[in-house]
Amino acid sequence: MAVCIAVIAKENYPLYIRSVPVQNELKFHYTVHTSLDVVEEKISAVGKAMADQRELYLGLLYPTEDYKVYPSHMIIVYYTPVCMFFILIENILLYRHTRYGYVTNSKVKFVIVADSSNTSLRDNEIRSMFRKLHNSFTDVMCNPFYNPGDTIQSKAFDSMVSAMMVQAS
Amino acid sequence: MEAHEEKPIIYTMENKPIVTCAGDQSLFTSLYTSLAQQLPRESMEWRRSYGRAPKMIHLEANFVQFKEELLPKDGNRALLTFPFLHIYWTDCCDTEMYKASVKDDMLRWQSTLRLHGSVDWLIVVVESEAKKKNKTNILPRTSIVDKIRNDFCNKQSDRCVVLSDPLKESSRSQDSWSAFLTKLRTLLLMSFTKNLGRFEDDMRTLREKRTEPGWSFCDYFMVQEELAFVFEMLQQFEDALVQYDELDALFTQYVLNFGAGDGANWLGSFCTPVKRWSGLLLRRPIDMEKRELIQRGEASLLDLRSYLFSRQCTLLIFLQRPWEVTQRALELLHNCVQELRLLEVYVVQGALDCWVFLSCLEVLHRIEGCCDRAQLEANCSHTVGLWTYATEKLKSLGYLCGLVAEKVPTSEDLNRTVDLLAGLGEERPETVNSLQSPYKKLNEALSSVEAFEKHYLVSAMKKGDPERAEGFLDDSLRSYVAEGWSLQVTHTRKQMAECQKLLQQTEDYLQTSALLAGDANLTVEERKHFCQEILTFASQPPTVALSMAAFAQLRQMQFSPPGAVVHVGAALQLELRVRCLMPVAMQVEQLAATLHFSLEQGGARGRAGSAQRRAGHGPQGQGDGVVLFPQGSPLAGAGMGASLLPALELYEMQDRSPSDSSLTSTGVVCKNMHLLLRRHDSSASLDTPTAGALPAAVAVDDGAQMLRARDITLQPGDNSILFTAPVQPGSYTLRQLCGSVGRVQFVQSHIYPVVQYEVYSQEPQLTIEPLSDNLLAGIPQKVTFTIATGHYSVKKGDALQLSNTDSMPILHSSCCSATVLSSTGGQHLWRALSIQSSEKVTSISLPPTPPYHTLEFQLEVLCHIPPTPFKPDIERLTNGEVRHRPKNHSHADSGMINIDQKVSIDCPWSIYSTLIALTFYVPFKARHSILSAGKRKYIQVCLQNVSDTNFHLADPVLTERQPTVSMELLSLNVKTQQPVCSQQSVFCLWEMRWAKPLPLCLHCAFSASFAPVSASDTHTAFKPYRYEFQLDRAEISPPSGDQHCRTGALCGLEVSITRQAEPSETEGEEEESTEIEGLRTTKLMYEVVDNSSNWAVCGKSSGVVSMPVAASATHRVQMEVMPLFAGHLPFPNIKVFKYLPHNAVPAIQPDTDSCLENDTISLLDKGLDDQGDTASIRSRGSVHSVGSGEQQRGLPMPRLEPFSPGQVFYWSQGRQVLVLPVTDDHVMEVNVT
Repeated sequence: MAVCIAVIAKENYPLYIRSVPVQNELKFHYTVHTSLDVVEEKISAVGKAMADQRELYLGLLYPTEDYKVYPSHMIIVYYTPVCMFFILIENILLYRHTRYGYVTNSKVKFVIVADSSNTSLRDNEIRSMFRKLHNSFTDVMCNPFYNPGDTIQSKAFDSMVSAMMVQAS
Repeated sequence: MEAHEEKPIIYTMENKPIVTCAGDQSLFTSLYTSLAQQLPRESMEWRRSYGRAPKMIHLEANFVQFKEELLPKDGNRALLTFPFLHIYWTDCCDTEMYKASVKDDMLRWQSTLRLHGSVDWLIVVVESEAKKKNKTNILPRTSIVDKIRNDFCNKQSDRCVVLSDPLKESSRSQDSWSAFLTKLRTLLLMSFTKNLGRFEDDMRTLREKRTEPGWSFCDYFMVQEELAFVFEMLQQFEDALVQYDELDALFTQYVLNFGAGDGANWLGSFCTPVKRWSGLLLRRPIDMEKRELIQRGEASLLDLRSYLFSRQCTLLIFLQRPWEVTQRALELLHNCVQELRLLEVYVVQGALDCWVFLSCLEVLHRIEGCCDRAQLEANCSHTVGLWTYATEKLKSLGYLCGLVAEKVPTSEDLNRTVDLLAGLGEERPETVNSLQSPYKKLNEALSSVEAFEKHYLVSAMKKGDPERAEGFLDDSLRSYVAEGWSLQVTHTRKQMAECQKLLQQTEDYLQTSALLAGDANLTVEERKHFCQEILTFASQPPTVALSMAAFAQLRQMQFSPPGAVVHVGAALQLELRVRCLMPVAMQVEQLAATLHFSLEQGGARGRAGSAQRRAGHGPQGQGDGVVLFPQGSPLAGAGMGASLLPALELYEMQDRSPSDSSLTSTGVVCKNMHLLLRRHDSSASLDTPTAGALPAAVAVDDGAQMLRARDITLQPGDNSILFTAPVQPGSYTLRQLCGSVGRVQFVQSHIYPVVQYEVYSQEPQLTIEPLSDNLLAGIPQKVTFTIATGHYSVKKGDALQLSNTDSMPILHSSCCSATVLSSTGGQHLWRALSIQSSEKVTSISLPPTPPYHTLEFQLEVLCHIPPTPFKPDIERLTNGEVRHRPKNHSHADSGMINIDQKVSIDCPWSIYSTLIALTFYVPFKARHSILSAGKRKYIQVCLQNVSDTNFHLADPVLTERQPTVSMELLSLNVKTQQPVCSQQSVFCLWEMRWAKPLPLCLHCAFSASFAPVSASDTHTAFKPYRYEFQLDRAEISPPSGDQHCRTGALCGLEVSITRQAEPSETEGEEEESTEIEGLRTTKLMYEVVDNSSNWAVCGKSSGVVSMPVAASATHRVQMEVMPLFAGHLPFPNIKVFKYLPHNAVPAIQPDTDSCLENDTISLLDKGLDDQGDTASIRSRGSVHSVGSGEQQRGLPMPRLEPFSPGQVFYWSQGRQVLVLPVTDDHVMEVNVT
């Protein structure tokens, strides 16, 4: 279902980006990059209300219809305040339990581009994909050897993303 | 409602629920106006079935005359024309009249209604005072109403309403009106609920049949739309919209199912090829044209969608939700395109683009029509999607019809354009007069290239406006670079390269080309192409300076020697590792590194200083001389975001004052400030270097010193380049790196981290160091001569001239060789060394040594131990005690005695002699003591090894210096050779035998041989050790008198004081010596004291004598003593003091105690003078008790000063004299006491 999955840092540079049809990577990169503007707009528009709700899922970002190579893609953005801590498994537990205290709003963005000709994709499926992505990302962050801000090179993360992409086709 | 009524197109005004009126038409006509006004005035609550929320509703009605045709036939479900209520109006107040005509009319009306199953009716009886007045024989008013109720409303009495004087302004009339209206509304709502409920049930039944083969969506559509119409009629737009949304969802579901292979028959009609693509039409409330198509089942998918959306749009606008329209429109357009593809409908190429374009514009127009400008601008985010979509579509149409290409459209293009325009059909009548209609726009845009460009702002680049395009591209490139999107960066750069090529911005173009040629995101062919571009330009005249970053990356730099510090004349090599990013091998004519040269270092600083400084350099200070350049620099290719700025490199800085090295200031210094603090836009100049800055920098550095490497071929990937550094003393810092490929220069404007090397010049130096920790005197010791040649080159025949001293001869060793070390410590060469020695000098001829080498050789030297123990240092007295004076150069901890030996050396490079001090330590310390056993005397010599070396000691010999016959020294030492371990002592013993008289002074010499235990050949290595000492003797003659003294009897005591030694000079200063008739004397006071009360001193017990200052001067004093006990009594003690007369200045500051003592003694003297004749026997204590009070204290008193311990030798110490008891009295006396 997903054709491209990207994790974008707060400063809008890609921490991780991967797309399934490799030959048209540029197009996906552009798509993801363009979507960031919309994300920003959405976040700033919703502003505080959003933070209060703690709703991370921005929903369908914007649909495009392209008739050339890839019929159309749905871009869905997950906006996440991800806690940035570097060490210790205890912290993960703390995070799970007392979420409010430890979360810093890191504004990391997840973007999933899905093939919209795949009409069976439902909203909650996308949500669960994001939840998986978020969990995996948190694991990456918890790796003491991971330097926040670096591109993600975790194998676990990679395989998780692959799984989501395979699931698609 | 008011708001809508102002709108130009109010569709709902025509549709109101129909209420029929029967009976008296004229009566109704008179009441119609006020009825129509008052009915919607109040709202009613509408309770609804299926748990839907109740709503407040304003009712309106369309009152029409009752006709039988109005009543619906069976099966006709048209709700719009359905009469919801039937009213019968009458103002009959006459029973006769009622019975005659009105009742029949009513009955007929009722039967008609019943025939059609309509139960929603109402009878209104209008009463008026006027009528009553006319008719005199009126029945009570109620009777008519009662009759009617009786006749018609058998159970529903509320179906008959009385309206009193409706045209009059009375309270009664008002009340009846409101009652009537309430009734009317209630009944209307009841009718709605009932009829709509029935309708909905029917509709649902129909929907459930959708799986049956004959079912048609279009039919169902019509039915449900009817419901929607009714809701709309009732102003329930929300509900109406729900109906359409349901229809929409149902249709979408069918299409999706079709895609999944579950096709329905009726869908076939929607699969016909699309023939018309005239776009949405939103200006009419109901597009009857399309509705009819649907009704007939002839609508295409686009028709259906268009109609459905137009209805939704209308309702949404009624609901004041225009922004939802735009959102839904975009979804619809995407969806339609998808559905057409899913249903595999044939569409002429470009037709959909036309449709989408027209639709977008239509929606936008519609939205603009109902919003003001401010609102539109505030909500541009909602419309932007549509605009983009429209632009996109127009663009693709442009491409399709050959309107964008540089060349004119071909005939094929024109044909296609005509086809597309044909599909648009005629312009709709609504917009014919509007100049800006979407139809006109599209028509015009497609008609000619110019017009197309007018409508579609072509991407500037394509149409020969590369300047503007470049600006835009530059902006986007910056943001991509800053955010690290590598693919976009590459793509944009490619576009930019095209622009720059068109603009003939050679430098920028080459820079971009260089970046692209090194871009890993491109294919090798593309990269080669850009590389070729550079090479092409490189052969043409204008010199261009480009940033090195695109061309190559510095990886590391390695110094050889690794210290990066060399002396003048040495070779320093720099190996630069460069990763060439070009796809092909590049021929670089010259790679030059400009140097910044400073003289700050120079020879004076020496190597240690510079090495230390380099250690503080941080990244450079890796011991192997390798400087690694940081890789993730922002220009190292795309992909590195702005977040990856170089980290702060901070160093602590401490400034100490030169005098006392106290801290004067401290701080933190940022080493890579130039990277962090540069202006933000200047980072872009790395990609596109500004024209001015770089060439200037290059020009400046032309004259400066450079490291050059010529004609290098840089292969793709890592390359290694060797530079040889020039050697003039100073400190060099690499500043820039510049590679020239033809006329193109690649410049790296900063080299970071700082790369430095130093060239120094050094004076020759000679050092002599002991091989071991301490040099020991007496045995041969090796010393190392180290010559750092510095800039001096040792020629053949150069020699070191050592001036000989007797105390330290230089020992010759047969095979003497020198080591020559290069400054890097790499080479070891053994060279022969010849040593010639004459009486005065020893000449060491040095082997030829190049500059900046170290020459090392070893020589053996021997320092003789001075024969005597150093007189000024140690005072030995006859009692054998050794008295140490504080010495300047005694080894503080071990007590080793050292000898400083100065060596004067003439070096060939200097006219001055070099004085070098060597310190030798004497390994032994000797002490002697005299031991007595009865009358025998022994001399013991203790030899202590104070060094850390173990020795063998052999042949200890003690001899007299002036051998006397009377004296014989008998050795009691058994072994001739014994080991002395470090810090251990050896004792040797000799017995002294003598024939009387003993000499006053005995000069002895102790000598022994020693050799280190480690020495192989014991005998030759033995070195003599001599220790000479002197024994002096003081003598007191034994007391004369009876050998057999008796108690109680007086005996004579002769005290003999003999001066043994001449006073030393220091003592002389202390003592007061007086010259009497040419004879120097010192005054001495003696006192005979017997503390143990063995003796009683008779007469004077003390006195002052003048001793001549000459050795062996003797003074004898006769005294009388009386023994008090019998037996062997020890001799009485005799104390001797220095007697200092009163005028002498006391050398020692007297304290109160000593003053008191003086007093006492002088008192004693006085007493002695007074009582000299009495010669009475008194105890010592009684003398003190006779202290006279008349002693004048004010007089300056003479002083007594005791001798230091060991200065006085009591000859008679320990001697005893035998005293015999006299009589028994003595015993008795004992008893008494």
